[in-house]
Amino acid sequence: MTQKLIIIGAGMATGRALETLLETAPDAYDVTLFNAEPRGNYNRIMLSPVLAGDKTYAEIETHGAEWYAQNGVTCRFGERIASIDRSAKTVTSENGDVLAYDKLMFGTGSNPFMIPLPGHDLAGVIAYRDLEDTERMMALGPDNRCVVIGGGLLGLEAAAGMAARGVDVTVVHIMGHLMERQLDEAAGYLLRRALVDKGITIKCAANSKEILGKDGHVRALLLDDGTELPCDLLVMAVGIRPNVALAQQAGLAVGKGIHVDDQMVTSDPDVLAVGECVEHDGAIFGLVAPLYDQAKVAAKTLLSEEAAFVQKELSTKLKVTGCDLFSAGDFADGEGREDIVFRDPARGVYRRLVIENNVIIGAVMYGDTADSNWFFGLIKDKTDITEMRDTLIFGPAYQGGTPLDPLAAVAALPRDAEICGCNGICKGQIEDAIAAGATDLGALKAVTKASASCGTCTGLVEQVLAVTLGDDFVMPAAASICACTDMTHEDVRRMIKSQRLTSMPAVWQECGWKTSCGCHVCRPALNFYLLADWPLEYADDPQSRFINERKHANIQKDGTFSVVPRMWGGITTPDELRAIADAADKYMVPTVKVTGGQRIDLLGVKGEDLPAIWKDLNDAGMVSGYAYSKGLRTVKTCVGTDHCRFGTQDSTGLGIKLEKTLHGAWTPHKLKLGVSGCPRNCAEATCKDIGIICVDSGFQISIGGAAGMDVKETELLVQVASEEEAMDVIKAITQLYRENAKYLDRIYKWMAKVGLDWIEARVVTDQAERAALVDRFEISQSIYRHDPWAAHVKEKAKRYQPLARLDLEAAE
Amino acid sequence: MSDWIDIASLDDVPQRGARVVKTTQGCVAVFRTANDEVYALDNSCPHKGGPLAEGIVHGASVTCPLHNWVFSLETGLAAGADEGQVATYRARVLDGRIELEAAFLAARSAA
Repeated sequence: MTQKLIIIGAGMATGRALETLLETAPDAYDVTLFNAEPRGNYNRIMLSPVLAGDKTYAEIETHGAEWYAQNGVTCRFGERIASIDRSAKTVTSENGDVLAYDKLMFGTGSNPFMIPLPGHDLAGVIAYRDLEDTERMMALGPDNRCVVIGGGLLGLEAAAGMAARGVDVTVVHIMGHLMERQLDEAAGYLLRRALVDKGITIKCAANSKEILGKDGHVRALLLDDGTELPCDLLVMAVGIRPNVALAQQAGLAVGKGIHVDDQMVTSDPDVLAVGECVEHDGAIFGLVAPLYDQAKVAAKTLLSEEAAFVQKELSTKLKVTGCDLFSAGDFADGEGREDIVFRDPARGVYRRLVIENNVIIGAVMYGDTADSNWFFGLIKDKTDITEMRDTLIFGPAYQGGTPLDPLAAVAALPRDAEICGCNGICKGQIEDAIAAGATDLGALKAVTKASASCGTCTGLVEQVLAVTLGDDFVMPAAASICACTDMTHEDVRRMIKSQRLTSMPAVWQECGWKTSCGCHVCRPALNFYLLADWPLEYADDPQSRFINERKHANIQKDGTFSVVPRMWGGITTPDELRAIADAADKYMVPTVKVTGGQRIDLLGVKGEDLPAIWKDLNDAGMVSGYAYSKGLRTVKTCVGTDHCRFGTQDSTGLGIKLEKTLHGAWTPHKLKLGVSGCPRNCAEATCKDIGIICVDSGFQISIGGAAGMDVKETELLVQVASEEEAMDVIKAITQLYRENAKYLDRIYKWMAKVGLDWIEARVVTDQAERAALVDRFEISQSIYRHDPWAAHVKEKAKRYQPLARLDLEAAE
Repeated sequence: MSDWIDIASLDDVPQRGARVVKTTQGCVAVFRTANDEVYALDNSCPHKGGPLAEGIVHGASVTCPLHNWVFSLETGLAAGADEGQVATYRARVLDGRIELEAAFLAARSAA
C-alpha cells in the first residue's frame, strides 16, 4: 500500500532526498511537498555566481515544476504549514487544509541571523539568503553604494558579486581578519589584498553601532568609532540559525537544531529531518556536502533500508573569481601540533599544513589551490605522511621523486635571468662581478647594487655566489630576529618600508615567516617597527607588548607593580607630593623611592589596584604611563639659571619642554635625556642617550651615552644657538633613531653601526632632511602623545580585575 | 552540581591574552589564543613564581613576563632547555562562555 509522505521545505537537502527516494522506489510514497518560497528547488550555493552575473537562475534550478509533475509529486509552493498534530498524524496548512501523513520530513532550513542593531528593520536592510535577496542586490548599479556586514564566506561573496556589477561596496567585519573561521591571519591578509584590488573597501575590527535611515529607508551605517558609511542597501551576512519554530511547536526535541539520530529520525519515529535545520551529535550544518549525505540516509530510512549518517571533515572554498582559497580541518595551534608553512610572496601564494602524529589535520591554502583535493584526501583518509614529509607542502607532483638540490635550480638559470628585480640585475652581471673579485654579498651590493634595495633577493644572490664560487663561499649566517624567520631586523625593516607592509600578517607573508603568527621575540619588535613607520595606519597591538608596556607599570619579582607618576623635568609641587603620599597610604605601598631619573617610584602596587591608583594620581593632575617603556623615560635636569649662580640657560625649563614634547614617543629601546645648565654638568647629561649642556653661547647636544651594562660618554653632535633649534635637532635624532635602529638597540649601539657622521649628515648638515624628520616625528606624536593611564582607567579598568572569584563561594 | 563552572564571556579575555580567576588556593590564569581556544593554568611560573597571565601569548604557548620561560598552554610543560611544569585545568568555550571543569575546584581545595 502506498504511504503518504509530506515534506516541508523544497531546499537542497529535501531535493536530494526526494531524488534518491524516487530513483530507488518511485511508487513507495505518495509525496506532497510544501514550500514557503514560491518555487521548487534550486542550487542555493550558486546564488553567488548568479549575483556576479556568471550564471542565470535557470542554470541553477535543479528541480523545476516539470520534474515534480513527471515524478508525481504534489507541490504546494508558496504555502506554509501552520501546525502539526503528531498524535493524529496530520499537518494543517496556513489556509486551513488538513492533510494526513504516514511519514513527515522536515527540511525547513535556516534563517539568516539579523543583528538587532538600532535601525535593522529599515527598508533596504536585507540578508543574503534567497533569490529575492539576490535580485535586490542585482538591481544595484554603478551609482549605488552598499555596505555588507560580515566578512565571512557569504558576506564576501555578496560583496564581490556586487563589486563585479560596479557597485561601490564596503565590507564591515568585527574580527581582525576576514573569514577567521576558515582562514588564519596570513591567508586572511592575502584575501583582503585581492578583494581590495577588486575595488572593495574592507574594514576589519570594526564594530557596527547603528543603522541610520531617512524616510524609513537605510541611508548609512554608523560604526563605534563615529565613522559613517553611506549606503543605498545594507546586507547583513553574519550567520544562520536553524529554523526550528515549527518543530518546536510540534513538540519535537530541539536544541540548536531539530535533534536527529544517525538515521535522520527525530524524537518522533515517524518524523525525519534533514539539512540546515537539524542538529546531529551536537553539530549543525551550513555546507552542502553533509546535507547531501543526510538526504541519502533519510531516503533509505524511509524505505526501511539500513543507513547511517557520519560526520566527515569539511572543506571550504570561496566562490569569488580570482580569490583561490581553500581550508579544511582544524588549523589551530596546539601542543604536539606542527606546522609546515610555505609562502611565495611574489606569487601571493600561501600554504599551511597542520600536522599531528604524522597525520595532516588541517590545511589552509591561498593563491594556488590546485592541490587542495589531494591534501583534503590526506586529511580525510588520515594518511601517514612521514615518508613524504620533506616535499609534502609542494603537492602530489613532488611525491616519490628525489628531493631537488635547491642550488641546482640556481645553477640552471640562464645568464639573462633577472635576480634583483628592484635594480634589474641579471645573473650574468653578478657572475661577472664575482669573476672581477666581488666575493661576498657586501662587495656584490657595492659593485652591482644587487639586493641593495628591498632585500628580498638576498638569498638568491647568495646562492649565485655559492654556485659560482663553490667551496670558497661560506653562506653567511646573519643573526635572524628569532626562529620564526631567517631575516635580520634590518632586512625586515627594509621590507616594511619598501613594500609598504602595514600589518603583522603582511610582514609574516611577505617576509616568509616560518610560523603562522610569530612569537614573544619577534612580535614586540614587529609591533614597534610597524607603529614607528606607519603611525597613522597601524593600530598598536597591546598583546605584542611586554607587560611593562601593556600595563604601563613595571612588574616586580613578586608580580606586583611599581608606578612612577611623571614629574616634568623633575619639578613637582607640594600638592602633587601630597597626592602621591595619599596614594601611597591608600594603596598600602610598601616602598617609596626616588629613582635615578629624579622621579618618585611607588613600589609594590597590586595589579588589580593599578587603575584605581592611576585615577587618584590623574585626578591630582599627574600623567604618566611610559615610565618603564621602550620610549621616553625621563629628562633629568639641574636647576639652571633660576637658582644656580653658574647656570647659563634655563635648563629646567628646557627639560620640561623636552619631556612634554617627547613623552609617549616609542623608540627601539628606552630613551633617557639630561639637561645641564653649565659645563659642571650636575644633571650628568653626558651619560644619557641624548645629553644637552647649556653654555653661554647656546646648547651642546651630544648623543650615545649610557650608564647601564655599558658605561659610555656621549659624543658631541652639534652646538646650536637657540633653544628652538635644539628642540628640532633632538626631535630629528629621535625620529631617525626610531626609523632606523634595530629593536632593543640603545642609541649608542645603533651609533656604533651607522656612525656619528651618518647621523650628523641627516640631522645637522641636511636641513631639509632634518625638517622632514621633525614633521614625521610630530605626525607620530599626534597619535602617541597621550596619557595611557587615563585611557585605561576609562576603557580597560575591567581587564585588571580577576575574571571570576571562586574563592568567596567556596570558602565554606 | 554541573560538571562545568561558567566563568565569564569569551570576550572578557583579550585575544592572545589572559585574565585570572581567584580561588581559595591562589590564582588560575585563563588564556585565550588568537584562535579563540581557552586554557587554564596555575598563574605561577615554577621558576620564580612569575604571573603567567601577564605574559605574551603566541600560538598555544605563553612566555613568563619575569624571565622569559616559555610554557605550553596545553600541557603546562616548559619548552626548550628549561625544566618545569605548570598545573593545567580543563577549560572550554560553549556558546561564547568560558567554562572550567568543576573537578578543578575540588582538586584545588584538596591540594
